[in-house]
Amino acid sequence: MLLTDRQEEKPAAGGTQAPEVTKLQELVYELKIEQVMTKEIITVSPDDSMRHLKEVLRLKRVSGAPVLRDDELVGIISIEDLIKALEAGQIDATVGQRMTADVHTVFADETIIQAVNKFARFGFGRLPVVDRQGKLVGMLTQGDVVRALLRQLEVDYHEEEIHRYRASHIFEDIVSDQTGLILRYKVEPRDFVRCGEAASKLKRALERLGATPASVRRIAVASYEAETNLVIHTTKGGELIAEIHPKRIRITAIDSGPGIPDVEQAMQAGYSTAPDWIRELGFGAGMGLNNIQACTDEMHLYSKVGVGTRLEVVINL
Amino acid sequence: MTLAEVLSVIEGRAISPDVDVSRTVSMACGADLMSDVLAFTHVGTLLLTGLTNPQVVRTAEMAGIVAIVFVRGKLPPRDTVALAEEKGIPLLASRYTMYETCGRLYQTGLPSCGLFRLTADGWPDEPAASRGRSD
Repeated sequence: MLLTDRQEEKPAAGGTQAPEVTKLQELVYELKIEQVMTKEIITVSPDDSMRHLKEVLRLKRVSGAPVLRDDELVGIISIEDLIKALEAGQIDATVGQRMTADVHTVFADETIIQAVNKFARFGFGRLPVVDRQGKLVGMLTQGDVVRALLRQLEVDYHEEEIHRYRASHIFEDIVSDQTGLILRYKVEPRDFVRCGEAASKLKRALERLGATPASVRRIAVASYEAETNLVIHTTKGGELIAEIHPKRIRITAIDSGPGIPDVEQAMQAGYSTAPDWIRELGFGAGMGLNNIQACTDEMHLYSKVGVGTRLEVVINL
Repeated sequence: MTLAEVLSVIEGRAISPDVDVSRTVSMACGADLMSDVLAFTHVGTLLLTGLTNPQVVRTAEMAGIVAIVFVRGKLPPRDTVALAEEKGIPLLASRYTMYETCGRLYQTGLPSCGLFRLTADGWPDEPAASRGRSD
């Protein structure tokens, strides 16, 4: 079974696994069997006939039942046992004669991973649940587990939705004459492996705040190009600062050098001072600033050699 | 066009595990220059490229690219695959060259990202009369 196989697997290279699987894994280790099991137990006695069992299964719409003698669990019987008894012409045999006496049980205070393991290992359809004194307190089927997981996922999803809702309404919930949200990201020089992380985080934040996909794309592209410039060209790195307002966003990329000698020349499409190793990665074609300009409603570039560069863009939402 | 159809047209295979091949792309862009990808693509684009470094995935993320096809049967490095998985961007591989991969997809009706104004008529600093234009 998927869930039990996964737990023995080592994390994939890079430690990235699909979040859904992680969430499910978390849940099978978190949810207790007593939260999931059916507490209304339909039981039979070992002295009952198989004919009686047939009626119980039919009327109660269950496919099996635990067998109790004086409140003590002595066996389990299923629809399969009934079919076998019918085939053998033993419909009047007692439940005690046809039941499985060697019963596997799970404890109510265990997590559902224990049950999932037993379902997978033995192919059972249902498991009696007992307390630590051995008293039968419930029944657990594979269907109960699946339903509980789905219900829990739905609850988590709903909470995530509420979370999203709250994030997108921050500007309505917090009242001032002008509310703004400032996000600052540090960008390291020459670190091309991590280049894009700042823009990626900003993009995610804007999505959470409910910006439209078209605006998100414009902001993501502009900030990614600005971040790339900080990585490629600066000596000490710099900062990417996003100032988010309900109707517009201002992004500032600021660094402390070396500075651009000729800003006008730097703005020309195709002009680049990027080294070859950057070009081999598919960048440094002298398109960055033009791209930023194309994505934004306002752009200002100030630079002084030996002091630093400040790029400011505004995007109207 | 679904990713399943893309894979069949380019006779390729999925590199990423568990690719949802029912996802659809509405246009495609073949480029090795990531700045061009950032400049000229739209949300819903399929990217065809010969570059395999992680920045291709970053670019795709920013530009709203649906999936990436590596041409010439290239296998990307592990960090590229890991980043793509984290960002939920499927990676595919084509056995054909960039030219043929693009050609095959274009032939089945997958359009490009748009037309461009022809700026190759002359240089902007030349007087219009010397450009030799007939109109």
